[in-house]
Amino acid sequence: MADSSAATAAHHGHSADVTKRDFLQLVAGAGAVVGAGAIAWPLLDSMNPSKDVLALSSVDVELKPIEEGQGITIVWQGKPIFVRHRTAKEIKEAEDVQLSQLADPQTDAARVKAGHDQWIVLIGICTHLGCVPLGNKPTDPRGDWGGWFCPCHGSQYDTSGRVRHGPAPANLAVPPYAFETDSKIKVG
Amino acid sequence: MAGLHKSDIPNPVLNWIDSRLPIITMMQKEYGVFPTPKNFNYFWNFGALATVNLVIMIITGIFLAMNYQPNTTLAFDSVQHIMRDVNYGWLIRYVHQNGASMFFIVVYIHIFRGLYYGSYKAPRELLWMLGVVILLLMMATAFMGYVLPWGQMSYWGATVITNLFSAFPGVGHAIVTLLWGGFSVDNPTLNRFFSLHYLLPFVLVGVVFLHVAALHIVGSNNPLGIDVKSPQDTLPFHPYYTIKDSVGMCVYLIVFAALVFFAPNFLGDPNNFIPANPLQTPADIVPEWYFLPYYAILRSVPNKLLGVCMMFSSILVLFVLPWLDTSRVRSARFRPIYRQLIWLWVAAVIGLGVCGAHKPEGIWVVLSRICTLYYFLHFLVILPILGKLERPLPLPESISQPVTGGRGGGPVPSGAAAKSMEKA
Repeated sequence: MADSSAATAAHHGHSADVTKRDFLQLVAGAGAVVGAGAIAWPLLDSMNPSKDVLALSSVDVELKPIEEGQGITIVWQGKPIFVRHRTAKEIKEAEDVQLSQLADPQTDAARVKAGHDQWIVLIGICTHLGCVPLGNKPTDPRGDWGGWFCPCHGSQYDTSGRVRHGPAPANLAVPPYAFETDSKIKVG
Repeated sequence: MAGLHKSDIPNPVLNWIDSRLPIITMMQKEYGVFPTPKNFNYFWNFGALATVNLVIMIITGIFLAMNYQPNTTLAFDSVQHIMRDVNYGWLIRYVHQNGASMFFIVVYIHIFRGLYYGSYKAPRELLWMLGVVILLLMMATAFMGYVLPWGQMSYWGATVITNLFSAFPGVGHAIVTLLWGGFSVDNPTLNRFFSLHYLLPFVLVGVVFLHVAALHIVGSNNPLGIDVKSPQDTLPFHPYYTIKDSVGMCVYLIVFAALVFFAPNFLGDPNNFIPANPLQTPADIVPEWYFLPYYAILRSVPNKLLGVCMMFSSILVLFVLPWLDTSRVRSARFRPIYRQLIWLWVAAVIGLGVCGAHKPEGIWVVLSRICTLYYFLHFLVILPILGKLERPLPLPESISQPVTGGRGGGPVPSGAAAKSMEKA
């Protein structure tokens, strides 16, 4: 080793020695970075949802007790979920809207399950800054479009939960859900 | 002396910072070119290891606190939640739990190093006393941390240790009520222990800073225990001791990882898997291993107040050690009698540890009394007298002399250095 480095040093000045040291420094540095990452990962990952939080990922909802025109709020993953039994008039209003009138164009059919268009299921969080809009109860203010009205900054949603007015940029989100029977859904 | 610091860092951005806040210059001075005796053996790794251990404890502790509930009804279950549900919670908790043991292993070896090589002697008395403060803070922190999982040993450990203060005449019971925030160890106690367990490590960081600052004023001791005489006796801290510390760090991490991954509960007590029950004391109640010697001292004395005083004195005596040891020779290498007696003292401490792990009956009581007696005899009688009687071996002229001179066993070939250590 000493001989070869002396020989190359004779050819290239001190470059051979510098290269070897640089290499060792890079390897040591890279090893330290990988090690630090390997240590940091479990610590950071411990801040992700734990197993018991993930276990709360689905909720069953019985629809039978919900009268026409009435809505209920359930909790899924800590978030309010609006389940509303729409009247025939509300369904018609939602279906008849021209897509060109919408800020976030989406048909009503895309927001309900086929054959169950009296049921609208929404994540009850305003897409503006996260408040819970009013309007799930028949006595609540529902805004000009008969859906939901957000008390924080005045956003208004129609009977399909689409934004019609105000600062909110997008429609109320539809959570993943499926009909288990005609009168029971599983959210999540 | 107002004005910008004259920085010689070439990088303009770093230079701009360093001119206004010369931390880069300071790091260079204290950890880069810092002149360090060139004859360190591996015992001099343990200060750096303890610092790293403290950092590991603080980081894992912060992440544990994100998932722990300091409430008597939730604490035990929240620890199980950490172990089962939280991502890598088992790893973080086992590192924290065994990190406490590793911390004491490292610090006890660090203290032994100080005792063997006379690191507590002038001019390092204050450095040593700050170290004793660190030990006391560590013990308080470890004790309160052990209470947090709220198992049987947590609860009864907290009860017994806080009751130590009831030994003080007159005010004892008032103190204990104050510590508890009630009339037994209960929710208020757990809340404040959690608060203090989170606080004290940061106090530790502060005292460690002072410990290191004092070290950098008086300079490190060395295995020969003689002063640095010339720059030839020293090496720059970097890269020589950063690398040597890194080697020690690898060994330390191997031992640490072996504990965490293969025997995480080896040093724990199975009773702590049972939730705290204020109505039932476990049949075998013992503290964690690192407290066993003090526990044995406490139990060896048949009087409550005296036992408590002896236990606290076993640490407090270290504060005055620099003045109890009358020998002016630091390193045990040159003190033929002390070199043997220090091992007898170590045997007494280990003996106390073993006694502490056994029920206080029969031979264990006798043995723990003999060991307690020798523990104090060593500090209070032997060290003051030995300094006057013992005839030390001739000290080398300088740190460099044993290397360049006839006597072998210098620090350069590390094998040779280790051999001369064993002979010593």
